[in-house]
Amino acid sequence: MAVTPKIALSGVTKSFDANHVLKGINLTVAPQESLVIIGTSGRGKSVLMKCLNGLITPDQGSIKIDGQEILGQGQAALEDLRRRFGMTFQFGALFDSLPIWENVTFRLRHQQALDKNEARDIAEQTIIQLGLAASVIDQYPAELSGGMQKRVALARAIVDKPEILLFDEPTSGLDPITGGVIDRLIIDARERLGATTVTISHDMASVRRIADKVAMIHNGVIIWAGPAEAMNESGVPEVHQFVHGLAEGPLTNEKPAAAPAKMATS
Amino acid sequence: MHGFVQNTGRTALNFLAAFGRITLFSVTAVRWIFTPPYYWQQLLRQTIDIGYFSLPVVGLTTLFSGMVLALQSYTGFARFSAEDTVATVVVLSVTRELGPVLAGLMVAGRIGASMAAEIGTMRVTDQIDALDTLSTRPMQYLVAPRLLAGTICLPFLVLVGDVIGVFGGYLVGVYRLGFNPSIYLARTLEYLEISDVTLGLVKAAVFGFLIALMGCYHGYHSGRGAQGVGRATTNAVVSASILILIANYIVTTMFFGG
Repeated sequence: MAVTPKIALSGVTKSFDANHVLKGINLTVAPQESLVIIGTSGRGKSVLMKCLNGLITPDQGSIKIDGQEILGQGQAALEDLRRRFGMTFQFGALFDSLPIWENVTFRLRHQQALDKNEARDIAEQTIIQLGLAASVIDQYPAELSGGMQKRVALARAIVDKPEILLFDEPTSGLDPITGGVIDRLIIDARERLGATTVTISHDMASVRRIADKVAMIHNGVIIWAGPAEAMNESGVPEVHQFVHGLAEGPLTNEKPAAAPAKMATS
Repeated sequence: MHGFVQNTGRTALNFLAAFGRITLFSVTAVRWIFTPPYYWQQLLRQTIDIGYFSLPVVGLTTLFSGMVLALQSYTGFARFSAEDTVATVVVLSVTRELGPVLAGLMVAGRIGASMAAEIGTMRVTDQIDALDTLSTRPMQYLVAPRLLAGTICLPFLVLVGDVIGVFGGYLVGVYRLGFNPSIYLARTLEYLEISDVTLGLVKAAVFGFLIALMGCYHGYHSGRGAQGVGRATTNAVVSASILILIANYIVTTMFFGG
């Protein structure tokens, strides 16, 4: 019997005015699988990821989590759904005005009404698991290095043990060693939680470390998807060019599609 | 001619669209003010920021305005031997008009800009999206407490500003113009009615709401990058200042029944 995919996208489209960012995305992710989405900048990877947890509503198509359709379910259902997700953003998106312990336990505090001491204990344990010193919890995001901020963002994403983890360029802007550490932490977290992960990355070394499956998006569609080890033999010129970082090839630096700067009032 | 009509029509439509967006935004935000959960910590933080940290700027503004008003009134009224009315003019002008408007404009510059910059930065650095992913409604967490704090704090600031402004008039009246202190105080209170102060406080509450609304709206819809946040900040201050002046006329008219 076929296993129900953890995530299944079918015919997902999204346009911003005349800018057709997603033109019919079909993709499945198996339970506990690690999918990495690759593609040149501005081709809709982040828009696709934001569609997965309802930050952006697609124009058409279907998105199913565990076989349940999530589109058109209303705000309450969407909020329930989001509790099953953890997400990190490209630049951390930590709350500047809050200390690290409040950043890490933000959802727990607001959803479960944890008291301050409990929240601090949980934040401290999570931070230590990710290789940071316990004293970090009283610092503010601006006081931390980029690598430390990425770890804190990861801590915030995993602290309430989500089923699905979304990582938007988790190693961007980091040196190779710190990037490798972040990759190892992602793999550890996934194994410990038994989570399904979807990652956007341009960093091919990172892709090879963390991906079970790779999908390449170009011009709003998935042009190739397959096991990570088959990337080099995909037979698709765009994938070959991207994976090997070649300047010459079918991928050009034409005007990229941009996600909207303005979001709907919710 | 055709181009003129086209441009006028486009401007009118853009204005109506913006008005509709701001109205929807404010209705949504006001709804979240009354819907649990309530973010008391956010409300407290905003209350301190608006109410407490704006006190020096409001105090200085109203102090010197009261002082100047006393001097100018004296200059004018002395021409037809009505110097005795200086205290009355100062207190009525400050409580009904200058207190709320000056405090509103100063707070628009300080708080409107700060709200737009903070929320705009949160927008461009994905912190608002992060709130959504953490099952927290940004409108409820960021906007509703600011609107409530603005509406509550401005009347308080204006009340303090009124007292300081009248005191400024008293200082000039007594120490520069040579009024008898007791007579000046008696004149100050003689024609002052509760409704004068109430009008100022109602205006202040409206201005506080508008300042917070413009700061939040422009920040929430900030464009990309530093330029987008800068533009949002400017728009917040300019639009709040203009709305304060318009609302000032409307509220005054309402209290006077046209």
